[in-house]
Amino acid sequence: MLELLGSDSLYKFLRGPMCWVAFILFFVCSIYKIIRYTKQLSQEKVVFAYVKPQYALKSYFYWFLPFGTRNWRLHPYMNIFTFLFHISLIFVPIFLSAHNLLIYESWGISWWTIPDKLADIATIIVIISCFFFLGRRIFIKEVNYVTYLSDYFILAIVFFTFLTGFLAYHQIYTYKIFLNLHILFGEIMLISIPFTRLFHMWSFFFTRGYIASEFGYVRKVKDW
Amino acid sequence: MAEATQFNVVDPGIEEGLEKLTEKRKNEVLSKFVSILKKGRFDVYVNTCIHCGLCSDACHWYQSFKDPIYSPVGKVKQTIWEILRRDGKVDRDFIRRAAEIAYTECNLCKRCSMYCPFGIDIGYMMNMVRRLCHLLGVVPLYLQDTCNSHAVTINQMWVKEDEWIDTVFWQEDEGQGEIKNFYIPFDKEGADIMFSVIGPEPKFKPQLIQEVATLMYIAGIDFTFPSFDGWDNSDMAMYVGDFETCERIKRAHFEAAMRLKVKKIVMCECGHAFRSVYDVGNRFLGWKAHPIPVIHAIQLYYELLKSGRLKVVKKIKEPVTLHDPCNVVRGRGVGKYARYVLEQICENFIEMTPNNEHNFCCAAGGGVINCGPIWRGKRVAGNSVKADQIKRTGAKIVVTPCHNCHSGIADIIETYKLDVKNVFLVELLLQVVEIPDELKVEY
Repeated sequence: MLELLGSDSLYKFLRGPMCWVAFILFFVCSIYKIIRYTKQLSQEKVVFAYVKPQYALKSYFYWFLPFGTRNWRLHPYMNIFTFLFHISLIFVPIFLSAHNLLIYESWGISWWTIPDKLADIATIIVIISCFFFLGRRIFIKEVNYVTYLSDYFILAIVFFTFLTGFLAYHQIYTYKIFLNLHILFGEIMLISIPFTRLFHMWSFFFTRGYIASEFGYVRKVKDW
Repeated sequence: MAEATQFNVVDPGIEEGLEKLTEKRKNEVLSKFVSILKKGRFDVYVNTCIHCGLCSDACHWYQSFKDPIYSPVGKVKQTIWEILRRDGKVDRDFIRRAAEIAYTECNLCKRCSMYCPFGIDIGYMMNMVRRLCHLLGVVPLYLQDTCNSHAVTINQMWVKEDEWIDTVFWQEDEGQGEIKNFYIPFDKEGADIMFSVIGPEPKFKPQLIQEVATLMYIAGIDFTFPSFDGWDNSDMAMYVGDFETCERIKRAHFEAAMRLKVKKIVMCECGHAFRSVYDVGNRFLGWKAHPIPVIHAIQLYYELLKSGRLKVVKKIKEPVTLHDPCNVVRGRGVGKYARYVLEQICENFIEMTPNNEHNFCCAAGGGVINCGPIWRGKRVAGNSVKADQIKRTGAKIVVTPCHNCHSGIADIIETYKLDVKNVFLVELLLQVVEIPDELKVEY
C-alpha cells in the first residue's frame, strides 16, 4: 500500500489525468451550479426583484472586513481564525511558488508568488484553524448541536490537504508519499467544492447579496 | 435562568389538528413541502449553511435559555433539516414539535439573518414551517382564531362593522370632553391621511384611537378613518402561514385607501401590520412595494414635530428608554425618527444596549403572543435577556411603539418585577404637546 502511495505511476496519474478531471469538475460543476442557483432563484419572483448591487457590495465589504460587523466583534477569536484561515486557504494554493512552477512547466505561464516562509506560516495557520474549528464543533454546545459527520468530513479534507502539503514541503518522513497524498487531497477538495457545502465559497455571494438588498433596499437598515 | 424543558404546554389547537390529520393529507402536504425545500431559496440556504452556530447569540430565546435547541440554526435543524433527512416521512410527534418551534419559539424577528455571516433568512424558513403546519391544520388555537376572524370579518378580533363605527363615535365623544369640536371623520374622500389601526385597538385599547386622533386634530391634519372593511391593518394570517387570507386582508386594506382616494396611509403603533404592508402582504398581491405611500405612526409624529405643527411645551422628566420594535426599526429603519421624537419630548432619554436594528425582540411578536395565555409562561421565560436589558437602562418609562411589544413587555415587567411602566409613544406625546387655546374646552 505504502509502495503504491509513493509510486511514480500514482504521481503521474494524479499530476496528469486526475488533475484535469479535478479542475474540470471544479470549474464546470461550479459554473453549472451557479447558473442553476441563478435560475432557481429567478423563478422565485421576490429574489432578484429586490437585489440591488449597491447594498450587496456594501454588505460584502463589511463582512469581509475583520471586526467589520457586530457579530464578528462579538466573536473575536472566531473572527480572527476564520479570516486567517480563509485568506490562507485561498491565497496559498494560488500563489505558492511550487504550484506556480508546476503550471510554468506545463504551460509556460506563471504569476506572482509568495515567499515560501510566508506560505509555511499560512499553512500552519490553516492547520491550527482546523483544530480551532474542530474544538468549536466538539466543545461549544450550540455548534456541537448542529454538527453532522459531513461537517467533520469537509474540515478533514482541508486539514489533510494542508497537513500533507506541509509535510511534503519539509520532506518529513517519505516525501513521495506525502506529495501524492497532498495532490490527492487537493483534488478531492476541488471536486468536493461544487458537491458539498464547501460551495459556500460561491453561494455566499448569493445569500449575502440578497439579504443585504432586503435590508438596505426594503428595510432601510444596515445588515452588519 | 429557566430550564428549557420545564414547559409542557398542551395546545388544544395543535392537538385537535393532529387528531384530525389523516395519513393521506399528511403525506400529500409533506411530499409537496419537500419538493419546495429542494428548490428556490430553501435549497440555496440549506446547502450554504456551514453549521457554524454564529446565529445563536442573535436569538433572545437562546440568550435566555442558553440551550442549543433554541438557537436559530438549532430550530432549523429540528424542523427543515430533519424533514429533508427523512424525506418528508415524519410522524405526528415531529409535527407537534415543529409547530411548537415555528409558532412559539421563533418570533420571526430576523435578527439572526443579520448575524448569520451568510445572511441566511432563518425567519423566512421558520415562516415556511408555519405554512407547512397551516396546511396540515396544526396551528395553536388562539392564533388560528385570529386568522379565522380575519377570514370572516376582515379584522383580527371579530369586530363587526357597527361595533367599529360605534367605538370610534364613542371615542370621539370622549375626546370632546378635552378638545373643543373634536371629531373623527369617517370616509372623507381625498383626505391627506387614512389612519388605520389594528383590530385589538377597538377591542381592548379604544383610548388609543382617541389619543392619536386628538394629536392629528390638534396638528390640523386632514385625516380620516374608513368605516368599512379595510380599517384593520393587522395581519395574523401571515404568521399562521395562511397566505391566501393574508392576500385578502391586505387587498381590503389597500383598496380602502384607494376607495377613499387618500394621499397616504398612516399605520398605528404596530409592528407586524407594518411588516405586512411593506414586506409580506404586498408581495403576495404582486406589488413590489405598497401601492400607495404608507408610513408608520412614528414617522407621522416625527413629521409633525419637525414641521412645527405640534409644539412641545414641556418635557418628560423621568428617565425614558426605547424598545425598538423589530418590524418597525430592523424592518424599516424608523429608529432614527423615534429617537428624534424622544429627544424632543424627554429630558433624559437612555438608550438600551444593544439598540436600534440590533435590539432584541420582545418575544411577543411574530404571532407568538397571539398563541394565547397558555404559552405566556414560556414566552416570558424565553426573554429574560430583555428584562436584563430594560433593567440596565435604569429608566422608569419604556416606550414600546408596537402593540405586540407593548403587551409582551408588560408581561416581562410584571413577571420580572421591573420598576418601570411601558407606554405607547402617543401617550407621551399627548402629555407634552401644546393644545391651542381655541381648542381647549372651557368648563
